[in-house]
Amino acid sequence: MAHAAAVHSAHDDSHGGHPPTSTGLDNKKIAIWAFIGSECMLFVSLISTYLIYKGRSIVGPYPHEACLPPSCSTPLKAILNIPVTSASTFVLLMSSLAMVLALAAVETKDQPKHTTGERILGSSKLWLWMTALLGTTFLGFQAFEFTSFVHEGLTIRTNLFGSSFFTLTGFHGAHVTAGVIWLLTLLAIDYRRGLGPKDALNVDLAALYWHFVDVVWIAIFTLVYLIK
Amino acid sequence: MAHDPTHDTHHANVDHAAMGIDKEHPTWSTYWKVAVILTLITVAEVWIYYIPAFVASRAFVPVLLIMSAVKFAIVVMFYMHLRYDHKLFRVLFTGPLIIAMTTLVGLMFLFGKLSLVK
Repeated sequence: MAHAAAVHSAHDDSHGGHPPTSTGLDNKKIAIWAFIGSECMLFVSLISTYLIYKGRSIVGPYPHEACLPPSCSTPLKAILNIPVTSASTFVLLMSSLAMVLALAAVETKDQPKHTTGERILGSSKLWLWMTALLGTTFLGFQAFEFTSFVHEGLTIRTNLFGSSFFTLTGFHGAHVTAGVIWLLTLLAIDYRRGLGPKDALNVDLAALYWHFVDVVWIAIFTLVYLIK
Repeated sequence: MAHDPTHDTHHANVDHAAMGIDKEHPTWSTYWKVAVILTLITVAEVWIYYIPAFVASRAFVPVLLIMSAVKFAIVVMFYMHLRYDHKLFRVLFTGPLIIAMTTLVGLMFLFGKLSLVK
């Protein structure tokens, strides 16, 4: 009995205080992939709704076509601003690069850094800050876009395009916001006690979530903004 | 060229088994190359959006969808490490994705957005 308890305790130590799993994989990592799988279904349902309602709005403004009276009281251009959204897409793509570099920096924290370049690449704080900053910049672009749409007369209640567009991009923006908060908590831990290779799994979970938010935007950018 | 710490050193303190890492993750230089490829594809997407003749052609939507799918796959394989990690993660991601995509295509047919008849 005592032997069994000792063996169990040794197993616990080798898995960061958690009992071993039947798959040999950490439950948290399995859980985040299962969560991401369920999120795929959520976003595809929102994208489906947008695509089904596309072109069925009775009143303007419209995404890709100019809106002329009587649909709009005053003539309006196509409401989607492709240059601004292209810039925000680039920002989110670069945030994914910064996130993967943050994970690599945490994984290699214990290795000696010989040059300034290696020290910069190996700074988890720098890349976590960069990711959070780029994520916040993306949210700034989204706030600008939403505000300009409202000024041009498009709200969530104006037409089918407004309802499905604000719901889809709003949900995505909420996910980005949650991701930024998660990154800031990792940064707080990094400043308090430093993130090292033992924390790689926890950083990996945040990274997977962040990259998922990025791939969702890749789909939204093409399906909502570019395809007319 | 700066020394790449991930290239030749095993991360001794990273719990590879628990994280489901089957193959060593890519190097930092690979991550940068992936970022350049993603940027170039995005530039190409926006570029063709501003070519009226191409927008009017039948190739416009399929080309955009293919480029978007390539970007999606690159991020999932390299940044999310699905190419390097345990196959259970691949099943957990691609299973729901396939169900979701099938549902989307089904809905498009159901609501007349796609049709096999001209």
